[in-house]
Amino acid sequence: MREITLSKAVNEALAEEMRRDPTVLILGEDVAEAGTPFKVMSGLVEEFGTERVIDTPISEPGFVGMAVGAAMTGARPVVDLMFGDFLFLIMDQLCNQAAKTHYMSGGKLNVPMVLRTNLGATRRSAAQHSQSLQALVAHIPGLKVAMPSSAYEAKGLMKTAIRDNNPVVIFEDKLMYQDKAPVPEEEFLIPFGEAHVKREGSDITLIATSSMVQVAEGVADLLETEGVSVEVIDPRTIVPLDEDTLLKSVRKTSLAIVIDEGHQSYGVTAEIASRLNEKSFYHLDAPVQRMGAMDVPVPFSPALEDVTVPTVETVAQTARKLIAREMFDAA
Amino acid sequence: MPAKSKTPSNTESYLQMYRQMVRIRAFEDQANKLYLSAKMPGLTHMYSGEEAVAVGICEALTNEDRITSTHRGHGHCVAKGADFKAMFCELLGKEEGYCRGKGGSMHIADQSHGNLGANAIVGGSMGIATGSALRAKLQGSDDVTVCFFGDGATAQGLMYEVMNMAALWKLPVIYACENNGYSEYTKTEEIAAGSITARAEAFGIEAFKVDGQDVLAVNDLSQSLVARCRKGEGPFFIELETYRYHGHHVGDINREYYRSKEEETDWKTNRDPITRFRATLLEQGIVTEEQVEAINAEIAQDAADAVAYALEAPYPDVSEVDMHVYAA
Ligand SMILES: Cc1ncc(C[n+]2csc(CCOP(=O)(O)OP(=O)(O)O)c2C)c(N)n1
Ligand SMILES: [Mg+2]
Repeated sequence: MREITLSKAVNEALAEEMRRDPTVLILGEDVAEAGTPFKVMSGLVEEFGTERVIDTPISEPGFVGMAVGAAMTGARPVVDLMFGDFLFLIMDQLCNQAAKTHYMSGGKLNVPMVLRTNLGATRRSAAQHSQSLQALVAHIPGLKVAMPSSAYEAKGLMKTAIRDNNPVVIFEDKLMYQDKAPVPEEEFLIPFGEAHVKREGSDITLIATSSMVQVAEGVADLLETEGVSVEVIDPRTIVPLDEDTLLKSVRKTSLAIVIDEGHQSYGVTAEIASRLNEKSFYHLDAPVQRMGAMDVPVPFSPALEDVTVPTVETVAQTARKLIAREMFDAA
Repeated sequence: MPAKSKTPSNTESYLQMYRQMVRIRAFEDQANKLYLSAKMPGLTHMYSGEEAVAVGICEALTNEDRITSTHRGHGHCVAKGADFKAMFCELLGKEEGYCRGKGGSMHIADQSHGNLGANAIVGGSMGIATGSALRAKLQGSDDVTVCFFGDGATAQGLMYEVMNMAALWKLPVIYACENNGYSEYTKTEEIAAGSITARAEAFGIEAFKVDGQDVLAVNDLSQSLVARCRKGEGPFFIELETYRYHGHHVGDINREYYRSKEEETDWKTNRDPITRFRATLLEQGIVTEEQVEAINAEIAQDAADAVAYALEAPYPDVSEVDMHVYAA
């Protein structure tokens, strides 16, 4: 199968959906001629014109609010939020307006919009350009949240998101834009709420999102050399969450670590771990462990930044302890 | 050029302004080199070309006056009195940096000189600057706060919320809009409707437009507005017409698709703030060629020494990672 970059995969998904549905349009800063700072949208304005690929001023609450209004009245906007950190600027439009409109209107109004943004540290971009804020939006009922872990997921999830009748937030890992993965030429969609078992194993389950899937796979490779069989699962969407696949795996292996790049406290890892603890307590040999980013603003200095996120080494260490039953008494 | 007689105090302040502009340029040249030689983590936004804005304004301020800065903040930081070594250490994430390496280029704050910090959120410091002015007024202090921001930041709603309050409450704040013609890869006329100064005027704020490449014009206006702010006549708004010589950030090298080489050359050769001011200094007999060259050489050496120092300086100990999340 051909391999393409994550950036190209997103570009293809947008182009295909824009060709299929004339109501799909793109709004954001430097999306047209510049094709976004990450060059994800290169070529789209040339094909679809400035009426459908619209450069906005630096007015995030303004254009997100406009996307909500356009979505309520018959368009399917894909909003480009240049950095996930800018979610804090648009929380009212996204969480009070977009998320609640369908419910508050008794099901009469829909907000079929996509907010594509990114996550991820270790790019030396400091505290306001490095956050992974998926927990923030996953907390709000009415929003769906997708977290692609490679070019393949990025394309399939984006196409599904555009066709979904709800507001969907997609977090891409900004360190992954140039990473290549096999992506079929023919059209495909990835349904929401279907986790992907990336690797089967029997001793321990690693549940990892987005940037952390690569880490989990690195751990699986490493531990395999130590005779440990690791199962790696990528939930792909955290809202909706495919609990069944996760529970099935954990009941098989009896040990699990959940890994996500958001801050560990009150985070995605906490939610998934507690669901597993609640629903598979008697199958577990130890409490499900959480591994997220440290509870600190992301520091600039490389000497500090690198220790704030889970790595193959730190996750492998936790896994070894679980397997050795050193964490058996932790509860 | 305003006709000023060559008094001793003029000589001193003119030389200081010249020096500060050259210091900013020298700092940026070194920072760009650090990036190009892959010695600097991450990206940075160059202030080269805009020196007269930061220097003209900051030379009208005292150490007690405050500023808030932007992602393109090295110029403001130097102009407000910062030291090269601590700045380069910060750019390289070293322990001796202004923020112990935690902030980096986009977050340098220099408490000792009243720099409340650069900001990586466009328009993100407008509330902070206005709040600092509110504190000055409430506490009966006569310090003034200058809020630096770009033309692109005028699209942020926050600006209109705080200008309204600043005008209602007559706060000692000066909004300094550095209009360099672009926000990222987009021309200002494509993102700003109507007139920028008229927006401030709509709140009853006196607004001025000034040539941001003319350090004396900027400084004269700033001196008078700062003095009026101290008397309770603020807030004010200044739009400074200027130009950034580099790309949006150091990595923005192939930029002809949004900005022509001819345009860049025109600004650099015909409107450079340092070249222009140097000519004035020579014309007025304030310095000789040799003296200017000596100043330039001394500053270039300072910058090179500071870089060499910062490259050798240690990183913070890893135990610092969770220090400073909460104040004691
Ligand atoms: C709220 C927010 N939106 C978008 C960005 C990305 N961004 C960084 S600088 C910039 C352009 C700013 O233009 P301007 O205010 O004119 O300042 P200049 O870079 O020209 O000095 C943009 C869009 C950001 N940092 N913050
Ligand atoms: Mg600008």
